[in-house]
Amino acid sequence: MAMQDYIRSRFFPHIWCVGCGHGTALNALLRTVETLGLDPSDIVMVSGIGCSSRMPGYVDFHTLHTLHGRALAFATGTKMSKPELTVLVPMGDGDALAIGGNHFIHACRRNIDITAIVLNNRIYGMTGGQFSPLSGPGVVATTAPYATYDPAFDVMRLAVGAGASFAARGTTYHVIELQQLLLKAISHKGFSVVEVLSPCPTHFGRRNQQGGSVEMLEWLKANTTKLGSKAAEENPELITRGIFVEEERPEYCEQYEQVLAQTREE
Amino acid sequence: MTNNTNNNTVFVQGNEVCAEAALYAGMGFYAGYPITPSSEIMEHMARRVPATGGRFLQMEDEIASLAAIIGASLTGHKVMTATSGPGFSLMQETLGFAMMAEIPCVIVNVQRGGPSTGLPTQAAQSDVYQARWGTHGDHSVIALTASNNQDLFEITVDAFNMAETYRTPVIVLIDEVIGHLREKLQMPDPDELEVVKRLRTAVPHGVDYHPYLPREDGRLPMSDFGDKHRYNVTGLYHNMWGFPTTDPTVIDGLIHHLVDKIENNLHQITRYKEYYLSDADCVLISYGCSARSALHIVKNRRQRGMKLGLLELQSLWPFPAGLVREKCAGAQHIVVVEMNMGQVVHEVKRAVDHPERVYLANRVDGEFITPTNIKNVLRVIMGRGV
Repeated sequence: MAMQDYIRSRFFPHIWCVGCGHGTALNALLRTVETLGLDPSDIVMVSGIGCSSRMPGYVDFHTLHTLHGRALAFATGTKMSKPELTVLVPMGDGDALAIGGNHFIHACRRNIDITAIVLNNRIYGMTGGQFSPLSGPGVVATTAPYATYDPAFDVMRLAVGAGASFAARGTTYHVIELQQLLLKAISHKGFSVVEVLSPCPTHFGRRNQQGGSVEMLEWLKANTTKLGSKAAEENPELITRGIFVEEERPEYCEQYEQVLAQTREE
Repeated sequence: MTNNTNNNTVFVQGNEVCAEAALYAGMGFYAGYPITPSSEIMEHMARRVPATGGRFLQMEDEIASLAAIIGASLTGHKVMTATSGPGFSLMQETLGFAMMAEIPCVIVNVQRGGPSTGLPTQAAQSDVYQARWGTHGDHSVIALTASNNQDLFEITVDAFNMAETYRTPVIVLIDEVIGHLREKLQMPDPDELEVVKRLRTAVPHGVDYHPYLPREDGRLPMSDFGDKHRYNVTGLYHNMWGFPTTDPTVIDGLIHHLVDKIENNLHQITRYKEYYLSDADCVLISYGCSARSALHIVKNRRQRGMKLGLLELQSLWPFPAGLVREKCAGAQHIVVVEMNMGQVVHEVKRAVDHPERVYLANRVDGEFITPTNIKNVLRVIMGRGV
């Protein structure tokens, strides 16, 4: 299939602002789906509420646009009830880790075969630029006019700590690398998390002197480096990209199949 | 459940009856979070669901539980969750989602005393209005109840049938007394009770399928996630493809559809029982556990020549106002018996011709309302003192 066949062009134009990274992330995701040769009828995309959560409307999969923070809970029911489906869950940073934090850690713990894509723009875009649990200190937002002092979650450490068997971080600047990470995440048997640093020029860049979309992409280039690289070692302040965990562990739906087999024997 | 005879008569607890009835109705997916006094439903499901080839999930909270069953309903399963007051409070936003996205599902609320953590192991019937108006925004809802095991079985099957027929969440609103009461149940034979199958679309693959375009009869045939029709489901106002819209015409049409599909079918949804109503000059109206004491006092007073009757409601929402009005037309006194500070009594007052004749007999201390409690109210109403 050609990539545009995965798109519901009937519902375009999309709602994302000029310079938003989410379109780039969607592009990378669809190219990955194409590379994997997945049948769109075998894919369910589940989302919550926020800019990134509008993604399902635009893709020609089975799509479920739910409640703020709850996407992984809905997705868990979908996956558990039909394990043969590929379940993709795009989430925003507030969606995934503020209101949805509990569902996030429990999805990691269960190791259910779902791919969570955390589109991290460090801001609540849809509601007009309030800070999120991934903003970190020193960020100006509409609810932090004197700059934030809230520490940020490290999504990778949180996911690994909660039991995710695959966790990786990429950016919308490093698109080829992002596709490789998504490919591994979707192919991985178990819960996979891909954090995507995705610029929000409208609400983050404008208020935090990061400029427009080009300057924000340049920021991603200058401030991130590959995990395990010499640059990372020499500059601990750089944000690392790459795979933080990739382990084979019992997958949740497969474990349930064993319970089913056991009750059949009895 | 203990099967003690060959004729399928079992001695069981109400919560177990509810669980077995769900399986009878074809439930294939259960997700929940334990909470007293509903936990036995989930425990029973944990044992029985895998054995019937279905899927069982213990989620991290009640929000996730309702979300998970909605996610499973879309792949074609009949689904259920069960909870009690605090958990039902947590579910309200997700309940509204199920209404808006028109997802068939059944939610059991085994009521306990509230507000807040309240009385975890004691009885109340104080979530009647929460079932109606707990989630935000305009909507309509179906809530059913029962006062004994036999009725609970049938009402639970009805709940699944209505969820499928109207594509909506249905609430089974029982209480701690009914949930924990052990009594006889005559297990219905397979095929004895009607079981409504999911209505699936006949639109062939390759033809544009409109998941949110109601047929002339108001019903919307579904297509399972994983099948060939791919469509969008959202909690936003949406068009016939399920895509978000702010078009005023579409919004107006959708909210009317959501309310009308239930309110216009009030007669099909209404469930009730009546005892000695034909000549009653005093009508008791009750439901759930309270109806047991109400029936006891009716039978007891009839022996003494008092013209007492009972209207037992088994569907609380949509409220059967016309039925109540008709059954109370000849009554000098109408006494609503319920275990709350007065909820159904307000609906009865709105329904009848003489609201000044409507009284409340209630009990709100966590103890089961007794026939004596009701008798005392009757004596006061009739000017005889207690």
